[in-house]
Amino acid sequence: MYEFAYHKPASIADAAKLLAADGDAKAMAGGQTLIPTLKQRLAKPSAVVDLSGVKELGGISVGGGKVTIGAMTRHADVAASADVKKALPALAALAGGIGDPAVRNRGTIGGSIANNDPAADYPAACLGLGATIKTDKREIPADAFFKGMFETALEPGELIVAVTFPVPEKAAYMKFDQPASRYALVGVFVAKTATGARVAVTGAGSSVFRWKDAEAALSKTWSAAALDGVKASAAGLNADIHGSAEYRAHLIGVMAKRAVEKA
Amino acid sequence: MGAEGIGAAVRRKEDFRFLTGRGNYTDDINRPGQTHAFILRSQVAHAEIAKVDTAKAAMAPGVVAIFTGTDFAADGKGGLPCGWLVKNKDGSNMQEPPHPVLAQGKVRHVGDPIAVVIAETREQAKDAAELIEVDLKELPAVATMAEAVKPGAPKIHEGGNVCYDWHLGDKDACEAAFKGAHKVAKIDLVNNRLVPNAMEPRAAIGDFDRATGEYTLYTTSQNPHVIRLLMGAFVLQIPESRLRVVAPDVGGGFGSKIYHYAEEAIVTWASAKVGRPIKWTCERSESFMSDAHGRDHVSHAEMAMDKDGRFLALRVKTDANMGAYLSTFAPAIPTYLYATLLAGVYTTPVVYAEVRALFTNTLPVDAYRGAGRPEATFLLERLVDVCAAEMGMDRLEIRKRNFIPANAFPYQTPVALQYDSGDYQATLATALKNSDWAGFEARRAAAKKRGKLRGIGISTYIEACGIAPSAVVGSLGARAGLYECANIRVHPTGSVTVFTGCHSHGQGHETTYAQLVADRLGIPLEQIEVSHGDTNKIPFGMGTYGSRSLAVGGTAIVKALDKIVDKAKKIAAHLLEAAPADIELKDGKFVVAGTDKAKAFGEISLAAYVPHNYPIDTVEPGLEETAFYDPKNFTFPGGCHICEVEIDPDTGVTKVVKFTAVDDVGRVINPMIVEGQVHGGLAQGIGQALLETCVYDDKGQLRSGSYMDYTMPRADDLPSFDVATQITLCTHNPLGVKGVGEVGAIGSPPAVINAVVDALKEWGVRHIDMPATPQKIWGIINSGRQAAAE
Ligand SMILES: Cc1cc2nc3c(=O)[nH]c(=O)nc-3n(C[C@H](O)[C@H](O)[C@H](O)COP(=O)(O)OP(=O)(O)OC[C@H]3O[C@@H](n4cnc5c(N)ncnc54)[C@H](O)[C@@H]3O)c2cc1C
Repeated sequence: MYEFAYHKPASIADAAKLLAADGDAKAMAGGQTLIPTLKQRLAKPSAVVDLSGVKELGGISVGGGKVTIGAMTRHADVAASADVKKALPALAALAGGIGDPAVRNRGTIGGSIANNDPAADYPAACLGLGATIKTDKREIPADAFFKGMFETALEPGELIVAVTFPVPEKAAYMKFDQPASRYALVGVFVAKTATGARVAVTGAGSSVFRWKDAEAALSKTWSAAALDGVKASAAGLNADIHGSAEYRAHLIGVMAKRAVEKA
Repeated sequence: MGAEGIGAAVRRKEDFRFLTGRGNYTDDINRPGQTHAFILRSQVAHAEIAKVDTAKAAMAPGVVAIFTGTDFAADGKGGLPCGWLVKNKDGSNMQEPPHPVLAQGKVRHVGDPIAVVIAETREQAKDAAELIEVDLKELPAVATMAEAVKPGAPKIHEGGNVCYDWHLGDKDACEAAFKGAHKVAKIDLVNNRLVPNAMEPRAAIGDFDRATGEYTLYTTSQNPHVIRLLMGAFVLQIPESRLRVVAPDVGGGFGSKIYHYAEEAIVTWASAKVGRPIKWTCERSESFMSDAHGRDHVSHAEMAMDKDGRFLALRVKTDANMGAYLSTFAPAIPTYLYATLLAGVYTTPVVYAEVRALFTNTLPVDAYRGAGRPEATFLLERLVDVCAAEMGMDRLEIRKRNFIPANAFPYQTPVALQYDSGDYQATLATALKNSDWAGFEARRAAAKKRGKLRGIGISTYIEACGIAPSAVVGSLGARAGLYECANIRVHPTGSVTVFTGCHSHGQGHETTYAQLVADRLGIPLEQIEVSHGDTNKIPFGMGTYGSRSLAVGGTAIVKALDKIVDKAKKIAAHLLEAAPADIELKDGKFVVAGTDKAKAFGEISLAAYVPHNYPIDTVEPGLEETAFYDPKNFTFPGGCHICEVEIDPDTGVTKVVKFTAVDDVGRVINPMIVEGQVHGGLAQGIGQALLETCVYDDKGQLRSGSYMDYTMPRADDLPSFDVATQITLCTHNPLGVKGVGEVGAIGSPPAVINAVVDALKEWGVRHIDMPATPQKIWGIINSGRQAAAE
């Protein structure tokens, strides 16, 4: 990696100040994406602002039909949280399926969604549940947050503070692993909410997206069979050595049905 | 045998240091004043080097020196040698183009070394490397073998893209047999290219001592003496007496650490230039573009059969990828370690194989666990299933009908090898029983109820290892002998150090070899140490590969033990006032036959080193013996692997749900180690069959260049294996051992693919290339379903 300055602020305000003062500084959460990027010399930040000392960014709270998870909460903590398992088991299961134990013990929800990897799992939960992303400046609905490949609504220096998920009637996430990386080749998050069904797809496109045809069908009848005639289009989907666009489109259908069955 | 001798499942002596993180790997070694090397590599597959300007980089902080191919050549140093000469059909020599240590004028694959930066730290070396100005004039790349032989294809070397066009067997007899065939089964198949991925990446430290003029190379090698010979004699012109090569603990090799690599020569040479030790440690992504790859064949094969399904003749045409340059043993793999195995376990009287070796703008390809035999086995065992389908015969029946019978050994195949022992009906019978083959259809039906397609596949394989008789391989083009050396040093108090020319990088030699000594001398294991991997300690050695360590290296130990026992008997006879012929070695004691007069082993060794009361006129003091052993033949492990898979038709995912292996590895010294070797081999074989593949794009860029895209098998990809041995003894070495290091990787891939094909039989599938990925299988099912719907 290239040389950089290292800061470890203790408050959101201090972290924000450091990031505002230096446009080339980068926040670091679990470092599971950032550090490999630095090691491969793909990024050259002037400074790394380590968020691990900011207590305000941690913590899980459940109540009032909502689950709120602090940005610095590790995947392993979400997976193991009794409160999350009870209120929103689909989210705990999703977190428990990210990467491997080492990754889950370092990686955070804030880092994952700020990064918005097209094959990441958390973005599917955010979009599938209609979560709200709270930053140090504002609140952003998930529908407006994920903009494109590795692109979000965050402004330079803006920090994710927490993510709030409304508790649905039912939800589940099904992930088809890319065989090598075990990120999602296709991941589908389905939720049955008071206002209808939501279906979010990750891994298949350039960024997480909602599958509106499936939502319409499931809003009418919440059952796997409701998806029988509904086909995801392959147009614009990712294609690589692990899966063509057609294969991914097919898997969206299979994973969506399985998620509905599991929910 | 005793609790620690031959046949005892003792725990591995070396595991304490490995499991507690106390191994001593090359990267753990640091020499005083050490500098660090970073190698600037080509990012393109094929280009002319117009300019390499290091001026700016040389001024960067911490830089000690930067060298390019021009510097290396100006010093009069050579290229990397190839250890095997294969001849063309017409008797002429193969094309053997230069293999520069640092690129000369051209780069020929992504990863080809262009320059080395030596700096105080590794990061400084990397920083400086970014300042080197490299002007490459890109040339069209030859990414595949199909491209390499197209008329007008870009030439990678002056002599074109064909390395050799070789054949083996009787062509005319083959044609004649095909004319008389009742039926012919045909198959086209690919043996997928693999990246070796040892757990420890390669590393090397060059350390030149100005005071003595001696060079030391610490390196991740399976065969330090071979490296000393190749590098000293052919590349750097350093006499053996002034070159020490140390291969300390090595974390896996699988063949990829046999070869002499450019980085070893670079750090050794440059350490004298800069007068300081230089360490180079490969990064994982760098290893994908600098370790020799494995396999990579494209083949067409045909089997002629009579009306009873008996094999009359086999003809095979194979193209084998050499990559951009010839790695140390590359030419031998698709010829003498491949075509010679095409008879398999069958009585096929005629075999004719043609092999073309081709250059492409990809990394060199060389031996990888199994080396040639997995390629032969996959081809043959897939083809035999197609034969059964063609004849409408049962897969087991066609095998049984064609097996070499147990009473036919020694058996001369039509492709040069003479098998010494085996019993294929017996290993098959055991495997059928252990796998409950008979109950399979019920399991298939049960799976169907769960919506899964279940299939079963079998492979009855043989391989040739324990390489190899020097005179035989010499006549086939090897430029080295393949004997092994052992030195046994009995210390005054009776403890023993075994110095072996083989090298352990995961195989457990420190335990297995110690068991041979414990068994023979009757002393406890804890008094026996096995030393390997240092040319200053070990008299000589050819190293570890080709499952040779026990059959060849172990036999050298037995021969040295013979000499030790012989001498000890003379000493004992003197002490016991008896004739040497009357002395017996029993439970660690030298006994006068028929009496209770005895001397313990420790008393003999003490007398040898404190020769007060000693037969000094006829016996030298000391107790240390060396033996070199040159094997009489290859050894021929074989066996039967049975695989059951379940396919999820909605996703195309294949799960190996049951795997049964019955292997004939000859005498088993340590059953636990044997089982472990088979497990590892099966993981690699299943990995090749279902998961792993190295993909280049049409520009010669590596698309599977990291673990993000190259699928290594993980524990949860594998079932719990059912592993057993059923042995026949090797007839030409004293232990009766054959070898176990590679059998798992050789026997398993066709068993897996045969199972996948069986599971998909309702779609009319006859073959599926490896790896049978979910995408590929879903494609087959999907088009099958669409066709059915139309
Ligand atoms: C081997 C491996 C396997 C993996 N497998 C999966 C998988 O299966 N599924 C999956 O979803 N992910 C996977 N990941 C990614 C993992 O989940 C990472 O943790 C995640 O992508 C980033 O989280 P992090 O906390 O490590 O963030 P970091 O790497 O520290 O940061 C990532 C980016 O987010 C920014 N950032 C971090 N925190 C904040 C914040 N609070 N506000 C604003 N910006 C912020 C950083 O500046 C940086 O740009 C894997 C990673 C590895 C190494």
